[in-house]
Amino acid sequence: MTALQVIFLATAAMILFSAWMVVTRRNLVHAALYLVLTLFGVAVLFVLLEATFLAVVQVLIYIGAIAILMIFAIMLTRRVASDDTVVANHNAGWAAMLAVLVFSSLVIIMGAWSQFTTFASPLTRPGVPSNELGQEIVAELGQSLVDPDAYVIPFEVASVLLLAALIGAIVVAWQKDK
Amino acid sequence: MLINYWPIAILIAVSTFLAVAVVVFGHLIGPRRPSERKAAPYESGMEPIGPGTRRMPVRFYLVAVLFILFDIEVIFLFPWAVNFRNLGVFGLIEMFVFIVILLVGYVYAWKKGALEWE
Repeated sequence: MTALQVIFLATAAMILFSAWMVVTRRNLVHAALYLVLTLFGVAVLFVLLEATFLAVVQVLIYIGAIAILMIFAIMLTRRVASDDTVVANHNAGWAAMLAVLVFSSLVIIMGAWSQFTTFASPLTRPGVPSNELGQEIVAELGQSLVDPDAYVIPFEVASVLLLAALIGAIVVAWQKDK
Repeated sequence: MLINYWPIAILIAVSTFLAVAVVVFGHLIGPRRPSERKAAPYESGMEPIGPGTRRMPVRFYLVAVLFILFDIEVIFLFPWAVNFRNLGVFGLIEMFVFIVILLVGYVYAWKKGALEWE
């Protein structure tokens, strides 16, 4: 096994463990903290796939902001740490079956792909040294965000979406004189 | 490549070791003479009133949501800023439109008083 495989397996095991802990903890604050660990594991996976910008986004947005938001949301609710919190309902069996079904069909579909069992070669770009590749990719992403032939419309629509979320959050959560 | 991430791995290792060491050595070496006063939750020297896990005001949630939205805006700004000299005037205008649209929401939040704590 290469070092990459060892890191991947350790990370995957950590993600599965912490994801399992997220859905089984009765104390929701503990569940949120395990969720942070899960999200960090996904960031490590992004690094292993050489998606450095996505890894940074994962840490900044998911761990830095969304996990905080979830912890706030949990603390807004009553009975944060009570032991009678129900962690499963009668749909658990169906959900497990569905998960197995989705996973096995994914494996079957992707197994038909000839590259399924081969390892991806490291990312290279002609004329770009490997330690500057991350920056090069981020620059290309920036280029495509403002390129009319690429993603300029989704980029501007994203700001409308953010605006809608901003106003929606204020309308829902804002209370006068209190 | 992965070798570039050594500093992060070392940071994680050192901080994990430090956190574990502080707790473990505190348990092993530190003297423990608990009394009722010491075991009581500290609340500025007062007798604690009410439960420890109180519901927080919804205002915290609003601040967190606003934080996320502007955090996402920064993520969009970042790849643009890395390359912004090459993107030219058109890129500048695109980013300007993007920020102005979000600025509408910012002004709305401001006028609504959502940014004020009192």
